[in-house]
Amino acid sequence: MYDFTTLVQSIGNFLHGQFSPGVATALEWTLVILVYLALYAILGLVLVYVERRVCAFFQLRLGPNRVGWAGTAQTVADALKLLLKEPVTVNKADKLLYNLAPFIITLAALTVISLVPFAKGLQAFDINIGLLFIVAVSSLGVVGILLAGWSSNNKYALIGAMRSGAQIVSYELSVGLSLLTMVLLTGTLQLSTIIETQANGWWIFKGHVPAIIAFFLYLTASIAEINRGPFDLPEAESELTAGFHTEYSGLKFAFFFLAEFVNMFTVAAIATTVFLGGWMPFHLGDWAGFNAVMDFVPPILWFFLKVSAVIFLMMWFKWTFPRLRIDQLLKLEWKYLMPLNLMNLVFTAILVYLGWHG
Amino acid sequence: MSDQLDLAPATDLLTSQEYFVNMGPQHPSTHGVLRLVLTIDGEIIRKVEPHIGYIHRSIEKMCEKDTYRQIVHLTDRMDYLSCHINNEAVCLAVEQALQIEVPERVKVIRTIIDELTRLASHQLWWGVMGMDLGAITSFLYGFRDREMINDIFEETCGARLTMNYNVPGGLMFDIHPNFQKRTKDFVAHFKTKLPEYDQLLSDNPIFRARTEGIGYMSKEDAVAYGVTGPSGRASGFACDVRKRHPYGMYPQVDFKEVLMTDGDCFARYKARILEMWESLRIIEQLIDNIPEGDFQAPTKQVIKLPKGEFYQRVETARGDFGVYIISDGNKSPYRLKFRSPGFSNLFVLDKVARGSKLADLVAIMSTFDYVMPDIDR
Repeated sequence: MYDFTTLVQSIGNFLHGQFSPGVATALEWTLVILVYLALYAILGLVLVYVERRVCAFFQLRLGPNRVGWAGTAQTVADALKLLLKEPVTVNKADKLLYNLAPFIITLAALTVISLVPFAKGLQAFDINIGLLFIVAVSSLGVVGILLAGWSSNNKYALIGAMRSGAQIVSYELSVGLSLLTMVLLTGTLQLSTIIETQANGWWIFKGHVPAIIAFFLYLTASIAEINRGPFDLPEAESELTAGFHTEYSGLKFAFFFLAEFVNMFTVAAIATTVFLGGWMPFHLGDWAGFNAVMDFVPPILWFFLKVSAVIFLMMWFKWTFPRLRIDQLLKLEWKYLMPLNLMNLVFTAILVYLGWHG
Repeated sequence: MSDQLDLAPATDLLTSQEYFVNMGPQHPSTHGVLRLVLTIDGEIIRKVEPHIGYIHRSIEKMCEKDTYRQIVHLTDRMDYLSCHINNEAVCLAVEQALQIEVPERVKVIRTIIDELTRLASHQLWWGVMGMDLGAITSFLYGFRDREMINDIFEETCGARLTMNYNVPGGLMFDIHPNFQKRTKDFVAHFKTKLPEYDQLLSDNPIFRARTEGIGYMSKEDAVAYGVTGPSGRASGFACDVRKRHPYGMYPQVDFKEVLMTDGDCFARYKARILEMWESLRIIEQLIDNIPEGDFQAPTKQVIKLPKGEFYQRVETARGDFGVYIISDGNKSPYRLKFRSPGFSNLFVLDKVARGSKLADLVAIMSTFDYVMPDIDR
C-alpha cells in the first residue's frame, strides 16, 4: 500500500532518462547526500527540542516555551547562536587533529544513518552486510572523541577521551553480540530482509526470551556506546566540566552536540529495525479488522512512533539515574553484560538448531 | 597546565606517571570558588591540596570596626544556607555577655526557624548531591520543596536567603499571622515528599554503588580534624551542639541525635536524610506551642559588651559553628573569631579522598556539603 520503491525507482529512471549515465548517477548521489544532510540537521534540532521538553517534564519544569509555538523555535535560535559564535582554537592545540575530530564524529553518525530503513524502499543503502557495517562504522566515532580529547591539550578533555575509549571499545562487544543473537534468529544481516522476517510478528514478541534479553542488552550497551546518561562518563559534567569537548566552541561544538543526538536516533532506529519490526505495523494474530486498521497507518509513521518510544525510554533513563563510575562501568560490561550475552547467544543457537524459532 | 604533562619516551610507554589537575576555582562541582590541586595517577587520586582564599572578604576584620548589631548582618554572608543559625550564634553570644533573658516566644520562634533553615539547607544539599552524581532531576526536586521554606521566610522577614531576622535580644519583627499555618502546610507536604527522595536516590542501585564504601572517614579522623555536623556524626562522632551544649528550645524538645558508624559517603548521606526527619519532628512539637509575649527583650540602643571573652556554639546545617568575642568594653569587639564548620570539614578531604577515583572525589565533596563563603570568611 505504501511502497516507496516505485517512487524512488521513477526518480532514478527520470534522471537516467534525461542525462547521461555518469551525470545521472552524480545527480542521484547529490540528491541523496542533500536529503540526508537535511535530515541530519532536522533530526538534531527536533531531538534537542524533544530532549529539553522531556527532561523538563521529568524535572517539574516547562522547558523552552517562549520562542515560536510552544518553544519549537528555541533550538533554531540556539543553533543560530552557535553558528555566530567565534570558533576558538586553543593555543598549543594540535590544529589539524583538533579541527578534524568533529568531522570524523559527524561522518560516523551520518554514515550509520544512511543504512536506516525508514519505510519500504526508503533506504539509501541496502547492503547485504547491513548490521555488520553499522557495528563497524559506529565505532569510528570513538576515533573522533579520542582525537578531540588528545588534541585540545586539556587534561579534562584527555581524561574524558580515555574514558570514552575504554567505554566504547568495551560496549562495542555487547552491542555486536546482542545483534548477533538476532542475526541467528533472522538468518540475515541485510536490514530490509530483517524487517521482512517480522511481517508475521516482531522479533521481541516471537523471538521468545532470548530476543527480549537481547533487546535490553542492546539498549543498555548502545546507550553506553553513544555516551548518554547514565553512562555519560566521557563528558561527565560534574567531574570533567565537559569532557572531551571542553575546548570546543561554536560550530565545532555544535557538531559534537548534533552527532550525539543523531547517534541516539540511530540507536533507537536500529533497535526498532531489529527488535520492533521496523516500519512493520502492529498485528494481532488473526484479527483481520484490527490488522487492516493498523495497516492503514503509513509505515513511515510506524517507524517514527517506535523510534520515539525507544528514544523516550533512553531519555527516561538519562534523567532518572545517577552516573556510574568508570570501573563500575567496565565491570558491568565485562562481568555481567558480556557473559549474559554469550550465554544468550549459545541459547539462541540451540533454539535455532532445534528449529523452535518463529 | 600543558608544561607539566611531558610525554614518556617510547621505551617507557607502559609505566604510568602522576600528573596534576587543577580542579577549580571555576568547576561545576566545587560549589563555589574552591581550587583543588589534585595529583592523579590515571583516575586514582594520590593527593588533594585544597587552595582557598578566592572569596575571602576578611569578615572577621570587618567585625572589629562594626557594632554588635552590624556584625549580625555579616554572619549571613558566611554560610548563607544556615544564615539564621549563624545570626543566632552572634545574638546568643551578645545576650550571654549582657545577661539578657530573651522571652520564651523568641526562643521558640528561633528554634523553629533554625530547623526550617536546616531543612532548606539539606534540601539544597540533596539536590546538588544528586546533580554531582549525574542525576540532575534531584536538583529540581530539592528546589521544589525548598521554595516553600523560602516563601515562609519571605513572609516572615522579607528576605529569602540572607534573612537577618535575629537581633541581639530577640527578633527583628514578630512572626506573620500566616506563619503557623504555612509551616504546618509545609511539614505535611514535606512528609509526603521525603520518601520520594529515597525513591529517587537512596534506593537506586547506581547511587548505592557510587556512595557505599566510598570515602571512609574513621571516628578518630573525625575527632582529630574536628569534622562536625552530619558528616562527623556519620562516623560516630557525637558532636551535636543541640544535645551537648543546648541552647534555645532544644533542651525541651524531643529529638534524636543521628549517629551512624559506617563513615562512608552513604552514611553521611543517610545522616542528613534522617536529620531532616528529626527537624520535622522538632518543628511539629513547637509550631502549636508558640507562647504569647514580646518578640524582643529590651536592649540599649548602643550595645557595649563588658570586658572579657565570650564564646557561643550553635549547630548549623554543616556542624559546630562558634563565635568567639574578645571585648575591651567598647561598642565593637576587640577581636572576633568565627569557628566555621566548613573549614575543618574541608581539610579532612585529603585524608578521605586519597586512593579513590576522580569520580569519587565529587561524591565525597558532595557529602561533606561545602559552602565556600563559610570556609573563606
